[in-house]
Amino acid sequence: MKKTLVEATINGETVEFLCEPRQSLLETLRDVLELTGSKEGCLTGDCGACTVIVDGRAVDSCLMLGVEAQGKTISTVEGLATQGVLSVLQNKFLEHASLQCGICTPGFLISAKSLLDRNPKPTEPEVRYALAGNLCRCTGYDKIVKAVLDAAADIRGQDKSKSAA
Amino acid sequence: MAASTTTGNFKVIGTRPIRHDGVDKVTGRAKYGADYTFPGMLHGKVLRSPHAHANIKSINIDKALKLPGVKAIVTGKDLPKAENKLEQAGEMTINPMYLSMNILAHDKVLYDGHAIAAVAATSPHIAEEALRLIEVEYEVLHPVMTVDVATKPGAPILLKDLRNKEEGDKETNVAQHYQFKRGDVAAGFKAADYVIEREFNTAMVHQGYIEPHNAVGIYNSDGQATIYCSTQGAFDVRSLSAQVLGMPVGHIKVVPAEIGGGFGGKTTIYLEPLSVLLSKKTGAPVKLVMSRSEVLRASGPTSGSKIKVKMGATKDGRLVAAEIWMAYEAGAFPGSPVGAGAMCIIAPYTIEHFQIDAYDVVVNRPKTAAYRAPGATNAAFASETIIDELAEKCGIDPIDFRLMNAVKEGDAQVVGPPFKRIGLIQTLEGVKNSPHYKSKLTGKFRGRGVASGFWFNAGMQSSATVNIHADGTASVVTGSPDIGGSRASMAMITAEVLGLDVTDVRPITADTDSIGHTDVTGGSRVTFATGMAVYEAAKDAERQLIERAAKVWEKKPDEVEFRDGKLHAKGNGVPPMSIKQLAPRFPRTGGPITGRASVNARGVGPGFATTCVDVEVDPDTGKVQVLRCTIAQDAGKAIHPSYVEGQMQGGTAQGLGWALNEEYFYDDKGTLRNSGFLDYRMPTCLDLPMIETVVVEEANPGHPLGVRGVGEVSIVPPPAAVANAIFRAVGVRMTETPMSPPKLLKAMLKHRSSTQHSAAAD
Repeated sequence: MKKTLVEATINGETVEFLCEPRQSLLETLRDVLELTGSKEGCLTGDCGACTVIVDGRAVDSCLMLGVEAQGKTISTVEGLATQGVLSVLQNKFLEHASLQCGICTPGFLISAKSLLDRNPKPTEPEVRYALAGNLCRCTGYDKIVKAVLDAAADIRGQDKSKSAA
Repeated sequence: MAASTTTGNFKVIGTRPIRHDGVDKVTGRAKYGADYTFPGMLHGKVLRSPHAHANIKSINIDKALKLPGVKAIVTGKDLPKAENKLEQAGEMTINPMYLSMNILAHDKVLYDGHAIAAVAATSPHIAEEALRLIEVEYEVLHPVMTVDVATKPGAPILLKDLRNKEEGDKETNVAQHYQFKRGDVAAGFKAADYVIEREFNTAMVHQGYIEPHNAVGIYNSDGQATIYCSTQGAFDVRSLSAQVLGMPVGHIKVVPAEIGGGFGGKTTIYLEPLSVLLSKKTGAPVKLVMSRSEVLRASGPTSGSKIKVKMGATKDGRLVAAEIWMAYEAGAFPGSPVGAGAMCIIAPYTIEHFQIDAYDVVVNRPKTAAYRAPGATNAAFASETIIDELAEKCGIDPIDFRLMNAVKEGDAQVVGPPFKRIGLIQTLEGVKNSPHYKSKLTGKFRGRGVASGFWFNAGMQSSATVNIHADGTASVVTGSPDIGGSRASMAMITAEVLGLDVTDVRPITADTDSIGHTDVTGGSRVTFATGMAVYEAAKDAERQLIERAAKVWEKKPDEVEFRDGKLHAKGNGVPPMSIKQLAPRFPRTGGPITGRASVNARGVGPGFATTCVDVEVDPDTGKVQVLRCTIAQDAGKAIHPSYVEGQMQGGTAQGLGWALNEEYFYDDKGTLRNSGFLDYRMPTCLDLPMIETVVVEEANPGHPLGVRGVGEVSIVPPPAAVANAIFRAVGVRMTETPMSPPKLLKAMLKHRSSTQHSAAAD
């Protein structure tokens, strides 16, 4: 099957790659671009382990084709830290022990980032609703929700002190 | 939190450090099995049976082999002949013939999804296309899908060689009959004021780990093979794969990758021998990954079951007799956890007279694999519901009823020696004194339910090495894959013994060549048994440090002690020396310091948990919302409390899914109709409340730090707790799982019409 040349912005970098039309964005990220942080859990858009952000929207990358990435801006878990410095969300997940096996963590971090970008002051039900598309089998979600709420409060506090300065 | 009875002023143990693999896990750097690639690697896919029960008449791979990009195809004929007998493979007892038949079918397929052939090609898509070109001729047989059908006279026989002791040489689908007895059941029931008898049915459920099975096999022309895979037990993968492939155990190296969940389902093999077989045929590394549909159809779920429980109590609330019949689905090959279920079903209570008959039955479903406290959850669903009903009849609070009958130190177990120190009563009190239980539950169609659970926990074999580095820091190496955060606890134990900061100890999970034999991460055994090995290895390092310091100070070892992370010469005058200060002297005083230990851990402490749930039932749809949930569990000693809480919450969530929505749905042809996460409905974030935890610490006297395994028992109580809550909400006793909306609605409508009839009759 002949490959297509695709150009996209991934984690802030302009990237050119080749992929077959039948390869999903998830497969393209993992097998072509070697960004294995996004995970395969179901390939039917039901578990959220493959969640990435495409043009500002959280998307299951298993439900999108690699060729559809043309001209798009994509964020994956590999882009959450800034020059190796972990984001607030990433730190909160570690402090709250919000991961056990960790396979769902990249997807949750992306979905949580997407939520907090849209809604900096979510309630617990709003957090649960936003994360309902990400399955976790290890934690029962308790510590994940607590981490996201804590991260939201932290980020609001930082913003407050930034604007106050 | 309940008061701890574990003594010891710990510096590190009991704190909550960031896990050492944390940064890798939140940045996507951690390598799970499917993340491995190698130069020249091929991709494998497996052809699976669409029939639940069929003879294979022929397999033709010619067309598939001709597809450009296809490099090799293997079938059951490529596996060496395997004997029909029981054999030790590591800690497990297996039948090599059945194991081989499950990896690749021989002359028969026994479930929808049964592996028939495997293809290696240059891309996974080409491999998939090749599957469609493999021609298989089947003679379809009648599917046997339930215990009832399997045990009916004249039922189709799955395995022509299967026999059990009682039926002699007769062909059968019943693989085993276990029986446990004590006292005189008939006399026991005579003494009872209340006797309740019910039949329960639980549906087959899957562990539901988010990461599908994977394996990369590399076979070298010198006969040595390496397998990279996500597994709970590298040594088990090695011995089972060696068995199936007919290779010496020592010629296979298994490298455990990070693992995305297991819960018992990744303690066996599926793809691993296929990856090696294909690598041998092609000369290239071969990677296989299961799709979600394959995981559900073809990897081991746990048994659906039929359980009949009859229990009697006196009116003052004493349990006097229990008579139980239980049959579990083994799947296509023998080996359901019905024996364990039988030993757990009344384990939390002192009951003088009992008889338990337990049957392992083969059916045309995937071979069952372990699922977190295997067998116990099915059993507790039945027994804890009956106990709730007896408590209600006696007019006694359900927790108080259990407290009156609860086992404590010195009481007999169903099988085995009397209990040593245990914490069941403390978990019951933990729930009783919780803010949750003390709060009032108000509102229509709302109810509160309680249940308790037991799990043996396991000891088994573990090895550990502690290497002291040139800068006085250390690494602790074990063979226990980390599925829940255990590596942090290993570092914490090492740090505690050696007086180091936990960030100065690096925990490593090693491959099968780099560490001594270590049994599976499962059975709630890692913090207990591997922790014990780590403790002893650190103590071994401490002994060596003392000897070296003695050499440096020209004293005898018994004149030196290790205290507060420093070496001290007894008496006075010599300033203490830190490990960091001593480390540069290692080469001249005898060489590197490596502490080591291998254990076959004794002193296992069983686990008990009590769970309380509040539910609200929608009277029009039968949907159950879990409003509040609390679990109290005895951990002995919580090394890292966050990860102990995590085990309690995770098991609870799985138990709630088991209770409310999860089930395998087969049609009348034996095809699995819900082999995806949309219709195999596990709890989402929106389905659950916060899960409140009460960590009880009744120290296990068998462990140097008092540790008791915590990984499993939390899954046991929730289904019964939910059933008991539903009863208080809407007056219906549910006797099947899942208690999903259609099933609960049907039961509610039946209950409403029967109560209306009796009301009308008055």
